[in-house]
Amino acid sequence: MERIEAIQKISSELTNELVICNIGFPSRELFHVKDSSTHFYMLGSMGLASSIGLGLAISTSKKVIVFDGDGSVLMNLGSLVTIFNQNPKNLILIVLDNECYGSTGSQCTYASTVDLGKVAKAIGFKTIFFFKNNTEMNLEEVLKSEGPIFVHFKVKKGNANVPVIPMEPVEIRDRFVDEIKNQE
Amino acid sequence: MDSSEAVYNALKKSGIDFVVSLPCVNLGKIMKMVDSDQDIVHVPVTREEEGFGICAGAFIGGKSPAMLMQNSGLGNSVNVLASLFELYKLPVMIIMSHRGTEGEFMSAQIPMGKATPKVLDALEIPYFNPKTPDDALNIIPKAWQIAKTKGTPVGILLDIKFW
Repeated sequence: MERIEAIQKISSELTNELVICNIGFPSRELFHVKDSSTHFYMLGSMGLASSIGLGLAISTSKKVIVFDGDGSVLMNLGSLVTIFNQNPKNLILIVLDNECYGSTGSQCTYASTVDLGKVAKAIGFKTIFFFKNNTEMNLEEVLKSEGPIFVHFKVKKGNANVPVIPMEPVEIRDRFVDEIKNQE
Repeated sequence: MDSSEAVYNALKKSGIDFVVSLPCVNLGKIMKMVDSDQDIVHVPVTREEEGFGICAGAFIGGKSPAMLMQNSGLGNSVNVLASLFELYKLPVMIIMSHRGTEGEFMSAQIPMGKATPKVLDALEIPYFNPKTPDDALNIIPKAWQIAKTKGTPVGILLDIKFW
C-alpha cells in the first residue's frame, strides 16, 4: 500500500496526540490528508524526527507520535539506543518503511536487507508492532500499549502528488507550542 | 568556587532544566553535578546532532535546554543548527569545552579547535568566551537571555586555560 494511505488511516484515528512528522514527502502527505495544530512538520534536519519526538516526550505527559522513515532511522540509529535507555512511556515511533529515500528520488536504503524491527528488538524495545497494510493495523491497540513503542509499517515506494506545505516554520512552531500549552 | 561549579551555578541561575550531554574530560565534574540534580533532566546521547534534536523537542515541550559537549561535536551538528534551530528560531545553550586552544597537548584537537569560532560565525551563532569562574557566572545567564529573546542557539566557549 501507498505511504499516504498509511498516514491517512493513522492520522484519521488520532485526536489530541502530538505528532512529529518526518522531512519531505511524509510531512507534505500528512498536511494534505489532515492538517492540525497537533502536527509539527519537520522541514529540515534530516534524520532527527525521532530525536525531536524523544525530547518532547520527556518534557510533556502527552502522548507523542513520530512519523519516521527507514532512511532517516538509518541516518540516526543512535537515537533508538537513546530512546530505549530514556524509556519514555508516552512515545510511539512509527517507521514508514519503503526501503528507499523517497523524497530524493527513491534510491534504495539498506532497509531491504536489514530488518529495522529486529534492530529495535536487539536494542531492547519491548513493544514492537509490524504491519503491511491498513486492514491489519490496529491503532487502538498501539495507543493503549506502554511506550516506548516501535511500529514497523512496510509501505510501497513512491510519493503522492501533493504540494509543499504553505506554512512558515515559525508559524508551525508557534501553533504547535500553543496547542501543547492549551492542552495542559 | 572552581570553574566547574561556576558553570553549574550559572546554568542554575539561567533556569536551565534540561541538559543533553556528551563527555569531555573537562566536563566530567559538571556532568556529575547535573546528573545528581533532581530539578534537571539529564539525557546522555550517542552523538551531538541527535542531542540537538532532543533539545529542540524539549524546548517545544516547555523546557530550557542546554548541550554539554566538546567543540568537536559542533562539526557533527552544523545542519541541525541551521535547518532546525535557525529555521524555527529555537534557543539552546551550548556549553563547549574548547579543545585545541592554548595549552592543548593533543595535536589531533587543533584543527577543529581553530575551526570552531569560524563555524559559529558562519552559522551566525552568538558566542562568548569567559576566562574565569566569575566571568562564567556573569556571562552565561546573559547569553541565555539573548538565546530566548532572539530564538537562537548561543555558544559558551571554555578554553583549556579556563579549567
